[in-house]
Amino acid sequence: MPLNREQIAQRISEEVQDGFTVNLGIGIPTLVANYIPTNKTVMLQSENGLLGMGAFPLAGTEDADLINAGKQTVTAVKGASFFSSADSFAMIRGGHIDLTVLGAMEVDQEGSIANWMVPGKMIKGMGGAMDLVAGAKNVIVAMQHTDKEGNSKLRTKCTLPLTGVRCIKKIVSDFGVIEITPEGFVLLEYAPDMTAEQVLKATEGQMRIHPACKKMVFN
Amino acid sequence: MSKKVYADAKSALAGVQDGMTYLVGGFGLCGIPENCIEALRDSKVKNITCVSNNAGVDDFGLGLLLQTRQIKKMMSSYVGENATFERQFMSGELELEFCPQGTLAERLRAGGAGIPGFYTPTGVGTKIAEGKEIRQFDGREFVLEKGIVGDFAFVKAWKGDKFGNLIYRKTARNFNPMIATAGKITVAEVEELVEVGELDPDQIHTPGVYVQRIFQCQNQQKRIEQRTVTQPTSQQNKK
Repeated sequence: MPLNREQIAQRISEEVQDGFTVNLGIGIPTLVANYIPTNKTVMLQSENGLLGMGAFPLAGTEDADLINAGKQTVTAVKGASFFSSADSFAMIRGGHIDLTVLGAMEVDQEGSIANWMVPGKMIKGMGGAMDLVAGAKNVIVAMQHTDKEGNSKLRTKCTLPLTGVRCIKKIVSDFGVIEITPEGFVLLEYAPDMTAEQVLKATEGQMRIHPACKKMVFN
Repeated sequence: MSKKVYADAKSALAGVQDGMTYLVGGFGLCGIPENCIEALRDSKVKNITCVSNNAGVDDFGLGLLLQTRQIKKMMSSYVGENATFERQFMSGELELEFCPQGTLAERLRAGGAGIPGFYTPTGVGTKIAEGKEIRQFDGREFVLEKGIVGDFAFVKAWKGDKFGNLIYRKTARNFNPMIATAGKITVAEVEELVEVGELDPDQIHTPGVYVQRIFQCQNQQKRIEQRTVTQPTSQQNKK
């Protein structure tokens, strides 16, 4: 069985180190926050102008002036700060955010990512994604490994319009953990009930299996 | 100083014309100048360009100006919450210039600060950079983006004084501070309009020099787009 959304988020949370400032995108990336252990001090940045994002508020305490980048009502933790969008993206572009996690439609073996438009369909816009992939020190993508027809979304070369060029270092898909190196994709871990060879077969582009590649374990 | 104070949005919007460029603060529906948007709709100006991170929802925010077809062109980073927008864009009635969110914020900041353009790493190698100058600094490529100024800028603040000093609240700040600097005429609507001297100078976010007109807003809806809450019981379960 491939990983479910929660397991992808859980695995990504292991990449979050104590003291990190992290920006989590919409969808699976948002779930990562639920798995960061309490012994790690992590500040979540929301690009609409909040550093130190907390949980959703208790019913009845929602504040229309306190939302996240997904326009959801949230809270602010102790030590939080509010700032303008220009300051927020100075943090992002200036390399002050340790880790960004976002979703993707395609990632290629050079680390380029496409996640904002499909030609011929209504385009919603890139929001802050282009700035985030251009600026964060480390960008991890949470994504489905294949589309509904089984076509690989990890590609030799992205076919959709790009969000950023050569900026992705790591992918956690429902099939496993993949590092992106100058030699292409490297499989580091694979989903329980799958084999490394199955992941290799399901992937377009150059992929090799890391010598220490291991099966993932979830408790 | 009190020359800056207006009774309401309608009087504060005197001089708005067809074809002008309007900068509008807010992120989603958070921190949007609700009264100014409604007054702009009621002014019936048309063929206007709006620069705003988002385009509101169908029946609120800038969505109101889409319904009346007053907007000719939008400059935004994300417009996904608005079906009217989609319909008008797909039928070719509405022009759209997408601008990455951080680039939009910086273009407005630059416009207000007298900077005509700047180089940013955002969007290099993508459609956004097509036709724009690319320059290398220390071996990395950057794209030239231009500053934005508007004929009018509309911002929403929590508190303001009669000189136009503004204080925003929480994440309702977002694009408002840059937009306040980038309008030839900046109109601020505030939840609480106070006398000069009542605000702590150390706490001012937007100095009054940027604000030409100010009024106390009325009938604020402050709509919440995605009401998400934690139920006390489910939180206890988690523990």
